[in-house]
Amino acid sequence: MTTVAATAHAAHAHHDDRSFIQKYIFSTDHKIIGIQFLFLSLFFLLVGGLLAMQIRWQLAYPGKPMPFGNLLPETMAPGGILLPEYYLQLVTMHGTFMVFFAIMLLLVGVYANFLIPLKIGAHDMAFPRINMASFWSAFASGAVMLASLFVPEGSSRAGWTMYAPLSARHDYSGAEFGQEMWSISIILFGLSSILGSLNYITTVINNRCAGMTWFRMPLSVWALFITAILGLLAVPVLAGAAIMLLFEQILGTHFFDPAAGGQPILWQHLFWFFGHPEVYILILPAMGMVSELVANGSRKPIFGYHSMVFAIAGIAFLGWIVWGHHMFVSGMNPTLGSSFMVSTLLIAVPSAIKVFNWMGTMWRGNLRFHVPMLHGVAFIAMFTIGGLSGIFMAATPVDMFIHDTYFIVAHLHYVLFGGSLFAIFGAIVFWYPKMFGRMMNEGWGKVHFWLTFIFYNGTFFPMHINGMAGHMRRLYDPTVYDFLKPYQPMNEFITICAFLLYGSQIIFFVNFWWSMFKGKKAPLNPWDDNGLEWSTPSPAPHGNWETLPTVYRGPYEFSVPGASEDYLPQNRKLPTDRDPVMSPAAGH
Amino acid sequence: MHWWLPPQGSTFAQPIDTMFTWILIITGITFVLVEVGLIWFIFAYRERPGRKAFYTHGSTSAEIIWTAIPAVTMVILGIMSNGLWVKIKGRNSVPANAYPIGVYAKQFEWWFTYPGPDGKLGRVSPSLVDKTSNPTGRDPADPAGTDDILIRNQMHLPVNRPVVAILTAEDVIHSFYVPEFRVRQDVVPGMEIKSWFEATVPGSYEVGCSQLCGLGHYKMRAQVTVHTQEDFDAWLQQRTAQAQGGPTS
Amino acid sequence: MSQAMAGAMDPPFPAERGIEVYNKKLGMWIFLASEVMFFAALIGSYVILRFGATGEWAKPGIVLSIQITAFNTFLLICSSVSMVKAYAAIQDGFPDKMKFWLLMTILGGACFVGIQVYEYIHLVEHGFVPSGFREGSHLAELVENGTLPAATMGLYGSTFYTMTGFHGFHVTCGVIAMLYLYLFKALPGKYTSQDFGGIEVVGLYWHFVDLVWIILFTIVYLV
Repeated sequence: MTTVAATAHAAHAHHDDRSFIQKYIFSTDHKIIGIQFLFLSLFFLLVGGLLAMQIRWQLAYPGKPMPFGNLLPETMAPGGILLPEYYLQLVTMHGTFMVFFAIMLLLVGVYANFLIPLKIGAHDMAFPRINMASFWSAFASGAVMLASLFVPEGSSRAGWTMYAPLSARHDYSGAEFGQEMWSISIILFGLSSILGSLNYITTVINNRCAGMTWFRMPLSVWALFITAILGLLAVPVLAGAAIMLLFEQILGTHFFDPAAGGQPILWQHLFWFFGHPEVYILILPAMGMVSELVANGSRKPIFGYHSMVFAIAGIAFLGWIVWGHHMFVSGMNPTLGSSFMVSTLLIAVPSAIKVFNWMGTMWRGNLRFHVPMLHGVAFIAMFTIGGLSGIFMAATPVDMFIHDTYFIVAHLHYVLFGGSLFAIFGAIVFWYPKMFGRMMNEGWGKVHFWLTFIFYNGTFFPMHINGMAGHMRRLYDPTVYDFLKPYQPMNEFITICAFLLYGSQIIFFVNFWWSMFKGKKAPLNPWDDNGLEWSTPSPAPHGNWETLPTVYRGPYEFSVPGASEDYLPQNRKLPTDRDPVMSPAAGH
Repeated sequence: MHWWLPPQGSTFAQPIDTMFTWILIITGITFVLVEVGLIWFIFAYRERPGRKAFYTHGSTSAEIIWTAIPAVTMVILGIMSNGLWVKIKGRNSVPANAYPIGVYAKQFEWWFTYPGPDGKLGRVSPSLVDKTSNPTGRDPADPAGTDDILIRNQMHLPVNRPVVAILTAEDVIHSFYVPEFRVRQDVVPGMEIKSWFEATVPGSYEVGCSQLCGLGHYKMRAQVTVHTQEDFDAWLQQRTAQAQGGPTS
Repeated sequence: MSQAMAGAMDPPFPAERGIEVYNKKLGMWIFLASEVMFFAALIGSYVILRFGATGEWAKPGIVLSIQITAFNTFLLICSSVSMVKAYAAIQDGFPDKMKFWLLMTILGGACFVGIQVYEYIHLVEHGFVPSGFREGSHLAELVENGTLPAATMGLYGSTFYTMTGFHGFHVTCGVIAMLYLYLFKALPGKYTSQDFGGIEVVGLYWHFVDLVWIILFTIVYLV
């Protein structure tokens, strides 16, 4: 899977006597690890999408044999008609694969690894071997999760949120060992995530090159840094919860067993205490990268850079005290509902600040609509919708009505797909030349963007309507309910858009793979960007620079009056610039 | 198929829908400002030969304005929401005269217990559950329960009278949900949770289970009938006479 | 990968000053922050379950042996002291003393784990298991005659084994790490008064593991 990178790298192998295995398989180079994460996570994105297609088939055409359904075993879909057993596995695994193995790995595994050393002027991460361990434990985790679909009785099927006691007992859910495999996989994933976080945090604190002060760091690095702190502190709680769930499943413990004094709601508190910071892990790096794409596309400094940093920090901080908004109707003390409502409403404020600042960046800019900019602007537009729909849920009386309905599904997909995934597409195109030394095809990139944008809205916007009608989540067959029967045409419309959406991704994937071999060779700075990563050849050599750069200015000095070009890289020294004052190396 | 919220069937529906509408107006205005703004910028500021971007790092007054307005708006929304929330879900919110109905959730059906002439529901205990003879685990030692009537998957209640559902679950977490009543409450094994409401329109409705509870989650449906008070009394009398002894489906 | 460094324990240079703590040590502090959250999840759950349970909790000392565990606690604290002595020794330039105290720490840790394993075996033999108590065991008798409360034994077993088990796992990992450093770094003389980062960093981990134990001993065994 990494042989492709070999072609691109061969041209730049200097003073580098590592073997093929050391260079590309068990590599400690952050760039290779980032690319490994890219291939792994894109694979899971496709798998997660495929599972979603089957969910959509069942919702639109319950009881009808699915095309290619006859390829599935009798235990999942006899005669091609999906069984509830299989449907609930689809729902659970779609969420699990997408949240952990697609989005989290794409945002953090790929871009924290690939970008941080390049954008702060470091040779590599602080702990390259731990970085390698982080990738391979994620790989093992993914393998276990994927394998769980193929064991007897299939995978876990209690939803990606795994509420106990349903998830804790085979006799309640019907799953067998697949249930334990979810817990085991998550524990491995937790290890990977924590190892990654400690690398990113240490590197950003200690390995910035001369002149790269905190407030000259690009927003993508700020976002990845703060995300790493969130992950460091939240993921261990998930690991603890998964261990407790695993023990409940195999050792007969009673944490969540009311008959022995346990508390089912304890699972929810543990899971969402992790889960809410988790969703900010899933959006903050995307926001950081969008800042890069939009500043570059607007040819203008980011509007309100300091506010943007404080907004990221504010979102991260507030994210710790809102978890109960997933539990308003869970049976927890209603007074807690009031306090969580307050904190949840407040967290809308820093997100709003960011949206306005991006708009301020575009205002009076000189907007260049390259493919990354298209995705960046789409992020702003779609994340706004997702964020605004969140306000309905924050208001507790309204949440009573829309909790566990398709209104929530619409919200989460607007922020995760309309937000994170559009940012990811933009980021992949933007940093593709840095990774592979070639450009992705611009024309097909635009086709992919527009088709995705149209079909994505067609798929997810109508879900708000279904949710308002009371359409519950995770229903194998909505037509059981009289009040839902009239919404089948809507379900059908959503499904058709979803199929077209997934089909459109073929364009992206063909573009991605084809360009690696046949794409236009990338110039040194294809986007006329200011980041340090463009001051070294593409793809970057092992160690990134022989001599680390020195930084003289902030990251968004576009269209500076009097400058000869409309961009001014961070490391370019002008006659008026002084060198940063370096203290002697701090002894210990 | 409605494009809006379901018909209003309880006293909660109107204030909740009003809240929803207010939020829609506020978010709608924001939506229009942002999206129209973006489209405007896309056209007005697109790259053209000879143009240059305006070099600025931001504006403190803009930051203050677009921080303060959302913050104040959120605080107002919070205050508006909380009063209603406490009224519906608060620990002391259940009206004293609310008619109690036991709602027992299990994989994959709902059992409803109606208090007999004594107006009180008997105690239940999970250890006493027997699938055929005692599906809700009614405690025979409690005299209040001897006249209780047990019916599977059918909820009957009188219109214009507060009803309190006393929710218990046998196995996993379920959720009691009637869209027209705007009522939703998770039903948690090991807990007894009270959820009250007052139906306002006679008719037929459905209870949906609204928390994934296993393979049969999708068909964990019950029928709700809201009667006039006279019809309800008649129904209850008829059922009392029938159900001397055991549970009925 | 070339990095001009003034010393093995200095931050990378030329660079921004960062936090003036060398990478390995900063990394360990950060890792320990994640460990705090992990144990907080387990210990927090224990507190919620214990104080939320209706019914009594088993009285201290009936199921678990306070004497043996008190000795074990003392042992672990002593091993933290020997760790400090090892660190002080190499800081002052006495590698032989450092090797001695490091070995003492390893032995102390290994004994701790050994005693815990012995304790677990003993408990299981008497019928105390993660799911509570086994039918027909000695513990079942104690429940029968009212010495132990039936209602909360399940939670007692679940929380005890999970918390102490994961602590023991962390101690074991620490012993293995120290053994690795002892055999491959300390013995061959790779540590000097200019370069002893591994000792300091594993010491930090060891003190953390000791601190968690003191908390666990108090809230699980004594209360």
